[in-house]
Amino acid sequence: MGAAMTEALRSDVLIVGGGLMGATTALFLRRQHGLDVRLLERELIGRQASGTNFGNVRRQGRALEQIPLANRARAVWGRVNELLGEDLEFVPYGHLRVCYTHQQAARLEQHVREVQPLGLELQMFSAAALRERWGIFSDAVVAGSLSPLDGHANPRLAGPAFARAAQRAGAHIHEHSEVVQVEREGGDFVAHTVDGRRYRAAQLLVTTGAWSAHFAQAFGEPVPLDVRGPQMGVTEPLPYAIGPSIGVSTPIETEGLYFRQIARGNIVFGGGLKGPASCDPVRAEVLPGNTLRQLRELRRFVPAFENVQLIRVWSGIEGYTGDAVPVLGPSARVPGLHYAFGFNGEGFAISPGVGEVMAELLATGRTSTPIEAFSIGRFAGARQDQAITT
Amino acid sequence: MTPRTVVVGTGPAGVRAAQALVQAGVRPIVVDEARRDGGQIYRRQPEGFLRSHATLYGSEAAKAQALHGDFDALRGQIDHRSETLAWNVTSGQLHTVHTPSGCTQTLDFDALIVCAGATDRLMPVAGWNHAGCYSLGAAQIALKAQACAIGSRVVFMGSGPLLYLVAAQYLKAGAQVEAVLDTSPALPGWAALRGLLRRPRLLLRGAALVAGLRRAGVAVLNGVLPLRIDGTAAGGVSGVVVRDARGAERRFAADAVALGWHLRAETQLADLARCEFEFEPLSRQWLPRIDDCGRVSTPGVYLAGDGARILGADGAESAGRLAALAALHDLGHARGRALFAAEQDGLKRRLATMDGFREGLARAFPWPHAHAAGLPDDAVVCRCEAITAGELRRSVLELGSQELNRAKAFSRVGMGRCQGRYCGHAAAEVVAASARIPVERIGRLRGQAPVKPLLMNTQEVGDGGCDD
Repeated sequence: MGAAMTEALRSDVLIVGGGLMGATTALFLRRQHGLDVRLLERELIGRQASGTNFGNVRRQGRALEQIPLANRARAVWGRVNELLGEDLEFVPYGHLRVCYTHQQAARLEQHVREVQPLGLELQMFSAAALRERWGIFSDAVVAGSLSPLDGHANPRLAGPAFARAAQRAGAHIHEHSEVVQVEREGGDFVAHTVDGRRYRAAQLLVTTGAWSAHFAQAFGEPVPLDVRGPQMGVTEPLPYAIGPSIGVSTPIETEGLYFRQIARGNIVFGGGLKGPASCDPVRAEVLPGNTLRQLRELRRFVPAFENVQLIRVWSGIEGYTGDAVPVLGPSARVPGLHYAFGFNGEGFAISPGVGEVMAELLATGRTSTPIEAFSIGRFAGARQDQAITT
Repeated sequence: MTPRTVVVGTGPAGVRAAQALVQAGVRPIVVDEARRDGGQIYRRQPEGFLRSHATLYGSEAAKAQALHGDFDALRGQIDHRSETLAWNVTSGQLHTVHTPSGCTQTLDFDALIVCAGATDRLMPVAGWNHAGCYSLGAAQIALKAQACAIGSRVVFMGSGPLLYLVAAQYLKAGAQVEAVLDTSPALPGWAALRGLLRRPRLLLRGAALVAGLRRAGVAVLNGVLPLRIDGTAAGGVSGVVVRDARGAERRFAADAVALGWHLRAETQLADLARCEFEFEPLSRQWLPRIDDCGRVSTPGVYLAGDGARILGADGAESAGRLAALAALHDLGHARGRALFAAEQDGLKRRLATMDGFREGLARAFPWPHAHAAGLPDDAVVCRCEAITAGELRRSVLELGSQELNRAKAFSRVGMGRCQGRYCGHAAAEVVAASARIPVERIGRLRGQAPVKPLLMNTQEVGDGGCDD
């Protein structure tokens, strides 16, 4: 009897996609709600956007609608090592945003006022105060705002660690299990994988990053999703000196830049223009011109970087929605179907919050964190008449 | 239209590639990291050093002199960019940086001939992270370029022809050679001999080197198992301990060790150019797939010399010429096609002989993979990131890595300055043995730009500081 003929593997919840969002959701479904969960990953856990991003645990600078979710995530980051029994190299050493113009400084000040009622306390720094405290910035930097309780963590470790913890808690994690089709059958979802297996559940979470548009489309909910890659780099190790994660706040995309120093001493950086990427073939490029522009911008920001060596660059596959707002929550059309994708290159920080919220939604049908702004229903329009898949 | 050709490297392969292009009426851009041409084996000494070719290159003096002279004769007919690192390659474009000034440039090419050469192939030994441990190549560069030795009492350990050559050169230069410790057995098997006999004169020269070392009273041991390199953080290397072929532990006092297990091809540019790689079982390493002219899976890219297959300097000269002519042939260049038609058979025959000898060497001086797999847990494998064999095994046994890049992501192995060029082969053996997966199925570390560390003082031509 071939694998395709065997009975479908059942669970309460089926998660398609083994990035951070899927892995954290699987963990919290087991630990906080005790549901039976299976996760299907096409390759290995946390390989693309989840594993190749910058590792910012940043709340400031987000759209205001995301702040409650980010706060919830930050609470998990604070206890992540105990939660997982592994060190994700999370350090709460702050997140600092600096700018080059007084106009932009005014925007930072406005942001400080806006997020304060949402429970996020930021501190403004003058150019002189920045130099006094960190001593690395050029004269081009005019002001900054510090989010003292934010920080950074290691994205290479995070996704797999959450998945291992979920597995220890009783979740079934299936790597190398690419889903080729999802059918509805008697109110259930039945997912078929390339190896001919079938997985059946009453509830389905689609959280496949840049691959998600394909699934949403199949369920009659098309979402404009751009596939691009971050342009990351890392220097040789330097004596450890810089605690916070630091970024430039600018309306000019080519000026965009962020960096952090890890305990080993290396400076990890990224920002500016994205690189070309695709889901098929699986590929994300770092354009040499982008790297050279980043080096120029790094020196403009911190002149001493001109004496440091770049040792490696990388990228990964990320999904960007047309309106730069993530897709998070229940389907607007199909009962039991949920989505979590389109995090626009800033999903890492909020991932454990997304996991808690999605687990709560799947287990109870509601969540205490406001997520209405992220509903997939906002894209519904001309395609309303399309039939639900199969 | 004249094809835009770029040659990377000015060792034997690069010089002969450039020469062939010029002879066909093409003016190539020739990029090399070094200040002077010659590559590694025929490295030219700095200006002001007055040693003769015979002193520097011994039995190979005539070949070195010919190569240097022929390259000098190309001046004016090539665009030579010395001290220039090819740090990345994308479709049809080579990205370079002039290292002293930081000036970067993008070179459009119709054909790129990569003659990137080789480095030592290194096997970790417990304690090889002490100061005073060098590769054989580095020990040789110290002699050739700086006229100095790496220490006052030197042990040479590893395997391959370079082990004996550098030890003999140190002896001749007046250095104290404490021992030559070869992990390969004293007598090569029949299959190895058959390959080595393809070049009998070279084989005899090798035998003469060994005999010369023994006559000078140097301890030459075969079939050793390296146990550790003794030393301290403050004082560096103090000795080398091995188990000899009879099973006895032997210690040799030393203040420097030169290590090397034959050579490994420098394949990062081929990797960044997205060339397909294949596993070469004899030497247990991944190499770019090439045809008999140096063509790879990426159109417009050609590989020649030790950067493709370790054929040595003579083979590199033939391969460089053949790859350049093949490139012109493929571009439909009339004079290039004529030269290619006239010469390809002869060049390929020569290369076939060299390849037989390469196989013989690989069999006679095998990569001691079981040693890597059996390294003690506290031995450092990746020196850039200080990752031990134990940490690598943990990434397999506790974190579930079943693939080398996964082990890299979890452990940081191969993430440092050398990007796994020196530890990658041994790391693959440790991970494969730990996961009980054959090494050819454990994957290979993916190359990532920059090819070598890139100082962040770069500026683009046109920025002001870089205008000619």
